[in-house]
Amino acid sequence: MLSNKHFISLKDTPKQDIMKLIETGLSFREVLERPVKKVPTLSGKNILNLFFENSTRTKMSFELAEKRLSADVTNFSASSSSLNKGETFRDTVQNIQVMKIDCIVMRHPSPGSSLQLTNFVDSIIVNAGDGCHEHPTQAMLDVMSLYEKFETFKNLKVAIIGDILHSRVALSNIYALKTLGVEVTLCGPPHLIPVGIKDLGVYVNYNVDEVLEWADAINVLRIQRERMGIGLIPSVREYREVFGITNKRIENLKKEIVIMHPGPINRGVELDGDIADSDNSIILNQVLNGVAMRMSILYHLLSEGDTIND
Amino acid sequence: MIKGDKILDGKWILSGGKIYDPFKEKYIKGNILISDGKFDKIVNENYTDEDVNFLDCKGKIITHPFIDLHAHFREPGREDKETIESGCLSALYGGYTTICLMPNTEPPIDTPELIKFIIDKSKDYPVDILPIGAITKGQSGKELTEIGLMVKEGAIAISDDGIPVEDSRIMRYALEYSKMFGIPVINHAEDVFLRSGTVMNESAASTKLGLPGSPPITESIMVSRDLMINKYVKSRMHVPHISSKESVELVRNYRETSEEVTAEVTPHHIYFNDESLSTFNSNLKVAPPIRSEEDRRALIDGLADGTIDCIATDHAPHNIEEKESDFMHSSCGMIGLETAFSSSYTALSKEKIPIEKIISFFTLGPSKVMNIKKEFLSPGKKVEVVMIDLDKEWEVTTDDFKSKSRNSGFIGHKLKSRVTSTIYGKDCFINK
Repeated sequence: MLSNKHFISLKDTPKQDIMKLIETGLSFREVLERPVKKVPTLSGKNILNLFFENSTRTKMSFELAEKRLSADVTNFSASSSSLNKGETFRDTVQNIQVMKIDCIVMRHPSPGSSLQLTNFVDSIIVNAGDGCHEHPTQAMLDVMSLYEKFETFKNLKVAIIGDILHSRVALSNIYALKTLGVEVTLCGPPHLIPVGIKDLGVYVNYNVDEVLEWADAINVLRIQRERMGIGLIPSVREYREVFGITNKRIENLKKEIVIMHPGPINRGVELDGDIADSDNSIILNQVLNGVAMRMSILYHLLSEGDTIND
Repeated sequence: MIKGDKILDGKWILSGGKIYDPFKEKYIKGNILISDGKFDKIVNENYTDEDVNFLDCKGKIITHPFIDLHAHFREPGREDKETIESGCLSALYGGYTTICLMPNTEPPIDTPELIKFIIDKSKDYPVDILPIGAITKGQSGKELTEIGLMVKEGAIAISDDGIPVEDSRIMRYALEYSKMFGIPVINHAEDVFLRSGTVMNESAASTKLGLPGSPPITESIMVSRDLMINKYVKSRMHVPHISSKESVELVRNYRETSEEVTAEVTPHHIYFNDESLSTFNSNLKVAPPIRSEEDRRALIDGLADGTIDCIATDHAPHNIEEKESDFMHSSCGMIGLETAFSSSYTALSKEKIPIEKIISFFTLGPSKVMNIKKEFLSPGKKVEVVMIDLDKEWEVTTDDFKSKSRNSGFIGHKLKSRVTSTIYGKDCFINK
């Protein structure tokens, strides 16, 4: 059993839950290597993917995970603009509630919306990203990928590089990594490092070369192009010069470093293409682990007690 | 029409309470005798008469009802959220009989005709409604309203509340021009660029919630500008819903040399801090935002040393649809009239602020800010009293409100002290 009915935030998720999810995730990884990749675990359960914001990868990853667990899957996509006027959030979800859904996987642009959803419906809620708040399943697949690579979290040093302020991936990663005892350094433009973040027990360093020297693994965040032109990032070439993980920077390093990226990559902006495709990169493992980890999370939330091979 | 829960016809004695005159700042021995809704005299404890009725006030403080400098009643335009009538009821059950109404209705109160509309509309209610006119036409920040004509119709101050006066030149003219009418100018102090797109205070708390925040300097930058302008043109300004430590310090320093500035604070800014938002309760989404514990303490210090004159509710009704939207999209503001005294007492009694001083934040303090002439118990005039039970503890529920709206951040909180009844003339309003 996990300590919470829902999967909304990693802020207070205990270490034992995280480790349990990783172990189950690794078992599902094996299932995904089989010729028939489907198990009947969630047969008869229905899951709704409720996406109020565009997403291709996360939605596909969830959908694959759900289908491989034999759940009945319904997709609902609504533009966030339709939320601003007319039908209220509560009305939308209560309409869904009456249709007896076991589990809702929700992506929504407003922080806290997943938690708010638990007040309105009885279904189990999985947060697939709530604005700039959290993206706990992404962070779980990140720590699973780190564990797969390093086989331990002991003495591990991880840097998160990029726009931390607008990143739900960063916050969930910080919570999970700190719970696991991993040292974390944040690196990015000072005005994109949120106020008071050091309260969460992380280091902040604006010098990317120093950070690369320090870290065993780096998680490179996508630079949202829409942040440019409003004074946050002056230009692509300036960002690349100051924070880009370039061939040159990695070549100059006198050690191995593991490269992660939550995708989609802006090749040549935050991360050079050659680095993304190099042996150091575990970016594609992250994608595969994403399916396995989401299977693990849904399994633990919806089908506790059964064994995977049932 | 508004009618009391009890009608005090004939002679009544309010017996056994502790009577406090907040304007003369002294206790009065004896009992209050009321005749046909008018104050008669103070009588001794043994006084009796064959046709007299007794209202038991044992254990209660009896004082002048409260004055709120800052409420939004949404009429005209959004009567679904609050009307002048429902707002008056909310006021009476919260212990208030004098309310200054902010002009950001639809349309905004920006002409003498609209000031008259508010006064005419409210004249039959047992609450003194004092309208505040807009600073600029349509609250657009561009052109001054007919301030003189609005004052002539009864406007008590001017404000574009909700919308900061961004243009320093307009703010200068507003302060300078209104000097001759002797009314305060109230500017919603938030730098519009720093607050753009934000929904709470910027701090470790906003970082943990992933919510965009505006820093405390969002307010103090504008308070600082306004104080500089005010000093230059020697006018009279009032800082509404002050929320940050820096703003309190600015006002404190300014007041060392000048009496031309006053300030108010809301109950929610002295009760909550930004960690209270950790459950994404959209009822705590207000403007200016609830700030850090350090700011909260500075606000209480500001009240204690007289930098802040009074407590004002910023009673801001919103319907459930607007508040139950997601946090980013939900409207700013909470209702406050019915919880103001209890929540303030809960926060301030903990800091050992004496009850007489707390009462003054609701009576003497606001009357001075707006120059409202008030007298406690004048013979032959309609009796106006509030009764407070300081020992009562109550948990706020959604059923406790007479307001049309329910957007209170205090729902579920246990508060100390309760306004038990308010009397205005013959009408006695009782909280059960």
